Amino acid sequence: MIRIDHAAKTFVTRGGEEIAAIADVSLEVERNAFVCLVGPSGCGKSTLLRLVAGLVMPTAGAVSIDGTLVTEPREDTGIVFQAPTLLPWASILDNVLFPLDMMGRLDAAGRARARDLLALVGLKGFEGKYPRELSGGMQQRAGICRALVHDPDILLMDEPFGALDALTREELTIELMRICRERPKTILFVTHSIPEAVLLADRVVVMSPRPGRIAEIIDVPLPRPRDFDMEAAHEFQAVARRIRELIFGARVRAT
Amino acid sequence: MPAYLVPPPSAIFVDTWKLAGQVAAHTLATTETTLLGFAASLIVSLPLAVLLTASPAIANAIYPVLVLTQSIPKVALAPILVVIFGSNELPRVVVTFLVAFFPLVLSIAAGITAVPPELIELGRACRASRWRALWRIRLPYAVPFIFSGLKAAITLSVVGAVVGEFVNADKGLGYLIVTSTAFFQVPLAWGALVLLSLMGIILFQAVVVVERVFFPWAVDVDTPGI
Repeated sequence: MIRIDHAAKTFVTRGGEEIAAIADVSLEVERNAFVCLVGPSGCGKSTLLRLVAGLVMPTAGAVSIDGTLVTEPREDTGIVFQAPTLLPWASILDNVLFPLDMMGRLDAAGRARARDLLALVGLKGFEGKYPRELSGGMQQRAGICRALVHDPDILLMDEPFGALDALTREELTIELMRICRERPKTILFVTHSIPEAVLLADRVVVMSPRPGRIAEIIDVPLPRPRDFDMEAAHEFQAVARRIRELIFGARVRAT
Repeated sequence: MPAYLVPPPSAIFVDTWKLAGQVAAHTLATTETTLLGFAASLIVSLPLAVLLTASPAIANAIYPVLVLTQSIPKVALAPILVVIFGSNELPRVVVTFLVAFFPLVLSIAAGITAVPPELIELGRACRASRWRALWRIRLPYAVPFIFSGLKAAITLSVVGAVVGEFVNADKGLGYLIVTSTAFFQVPLAWGALVLLSLMGIILFQAVVVVERVFFPWAVDVDTPGI
């Protein structure tokens, strides 16, 4: 479904310096697969996500979805950012409806879907409230609803739980898996957290930095539905250990 | 201080109240000029600020002209405006406008460019057109900035109206100050001054109230009057 073909991205700083964020990344993500991107800071995982989102164009190579080249943000992708980025002047419901509003597709069905999504993440009754009245975790839940309101086939998540406390992180991890069971999507999920990546993903893409490349793609052979008890499972620990080897092993060698 | 220069408040009140009808008419005239000039400054500032923030090329072309309008002393410009527009309301409104619009343009432009990149990225991710992004993201975000500009502009509008009236008028509180001091009716002049101050305060508070009522999310509840 998503195909990244030898993509590279170089940024030019104000001083004229060239920074290679990604060099020669190729990846294929099948329909309804859950793929996590893991790697240390500066490995280009957020840049890769933005290439798929159409927010950034590659300097080499191609990114395509269902055979069509990605040149701008598409209606069949939904994006969740690290910060909730809710509009402070709009109610939660209006915030969730924002994508539909911008795309000119605001109708009764959309409104109903927005309300359903808010109920699904436990925000029923908060539709009329303003973002400042909600906690960080609740705002991020609303952000996830917003990414889903236009019923996209693809969900792109850039460290969506990064700004939250550990307990809310666990809660939302379970919630995300529940949403995926009810409405299957193709998901590309960027994270710093190795346990989070292993718990959520079908496959984990481990990236190495400067410039960003794929070190390895690891399958996660755990059955679904998953829960935190599986963290004790042998398969879980084996995958996590391999990811740690790839990330920290490389860093040790570099020193 | 001698009473003929700074009269006691009782004298100010009595002398002003004696001519209540006329004073009310003068107050109304100044209020009209103030509000017309203020409205003009808002109507011109908004599109001007949008233009300024649209591209650096346009900004480079417009900014020098704007700064030029500010470096000309309005008191010096006013008589020339009277020659151009005639001895009527228009030169006074133009002076009021010139005094008020510059800080307003700057505030609105600052607000539009202060929008955090995450919100702009959100707009792009939702496939919002540039126009929609302006209306639905940049301008709403700029509301607190716009209102701080409006608060400055409304108080300056009162000043501008009075400057216009000093130069050429047949009514208004500025006119009243000029004529009453010429006839040494000092308490009346002070009365007009007090009324002008009250007008400034009331109009300022009106802007504060409008912001609180229509844009409650923009108001910081811990800092009253700002």
